Amino acid sequence: MMKLEILGTGCAKCKTLYDNVLQAVHCAGKEAEIVKVEDIPTIMKYGVMSTPALVRNGTVLFSGKVVSASEIAGML
Amino acid sequence: MLKNFADYVTFSLLGLQPGQQLGEALNFFIYDTLKIFFLLIVMIYLIGLVRVSLPVERVRSYLAGKHRLIGYFLGSVFGAITPFCSCSSIPVFLGFISAGIPVGMTMAFLLTSPLINEIAVILLISLVGWKITLMYVLIGLGVGIFGGMFLDWIKAERLLQGFARKIYEDGQHTQLEAVEAKRLTFKDRHKFAKQELSEVFGRIWVWVIVGVGIGAALHGFVPDNWFEAHLSAGQWWSVPVATLIGIPLYSNATAVIPVMESLIMKGLPLGTTMAFCMSTVAASFPEFVMLKQVMQWRLLAIVFLMLLFAFTIIGWLLNALY
Repeated sequence: MMKLEILGTGCAKCKTLYDNVLQAVHCAGKEAEIVKVEDIPTIMKYGVMSTPALVRNGTVLFSGKVVSASEIAGML
Repeated sequence: MLKNFADYVTFSLLGLQPGQQLGEALNFFIYDTLKIFFLLIVMIYLIGLVRVSLPVERVRSYLAGKHRLIGYFLGSVFGAITPFCSCSSIPVFLGFISAGIPVGMTMAFLLTSPLINEIAVILLISLVGWKITLMYVLIGLGVGIFGGMFLDWIKAERLLQGFARKIYEDGQHTQLEAVEAKRLTFKDRHKFAKQELSEVFGRIWVWVIVGVGIGAALHGFVPDNWFEAHLSAGQWWSVPVATLIGIPLYSNATAVIPVMESLIMKGLPLGTTMAFCMSTVAASFPEFVMLKQVMQWRLLAIVFLMLLFAFTIIGWLLNALY
């Protein structure tokens, strides 16, 4: 199963991204494990400096921006 | 044109008299808000077109391995022009030190960032003129540069939290790969700028109204030269007091600068005004609580006192010179 991680330190933007990801997965009709990562050392492990970021199966898809649900659905 | 519109609304539509306190305050409010909104929309978009090529990852690879003296200056300048939201402070901090960038240079970046940005500069130029704007920008850069130097001089890395110190030490022998600049078409740039505009504007428009509102109230209801009579440059204590008052008033540059305009117009000395505004913007508790994740209390206290000290000295100097 696909694993999606939303990296963010808990700001408003990270919350928006999380909601968008939920919606995208739902719309695309995919199965995915969606996790919120707020732990700094883990975020650092991905080499991400600007949050929020989206990680799929260990690969950073994008960072430093909120992306709309429809665009995320296109990436999945 | 905007002026005519503001006049029309206040004096014709609402029938208020020029010269009356309420009328003057409202007129000022409408005119300033419209002017600022217009400028912000145009400028955030234009700057977004350029800024898309400057993600923080590229700045990091640029700063890594730079000679210290140039590093503080560049760190500070990049802090002013790189887009990043304050919730990214911690990842940015750790990302920089993990690349072997000294703590002071990293702090130069983080200290300048809230003080100077395109929004602050646009507001300053349109409200208080380019001379004060230039002064504000130079002071902001100076605080970053000298603050950064000071922190490295006292070896601030000793006072990081354990895991952050480990990251810093590992970073000393990391070789960072250069980040290639991505080729961007105008369409990519337009998309980024448009997003940036709606995101930034959506976040700050309320602050503009709050700031201009307070400014307008001061403008309409505080008698001219009231500050000059009560808080003139001769009273040395007014500067540290202004700096202290600024701390709990956690705000961003967008809300403070319109207030700054009114304070200056009402005769508050420039140094006192500057100290107040900079401390409101740069020395904020939420930001410091966030930094607690990577810094020990002692280092936080040092940074905090350093800022207060710097703003007070700057205030005194400006008051003495003007």
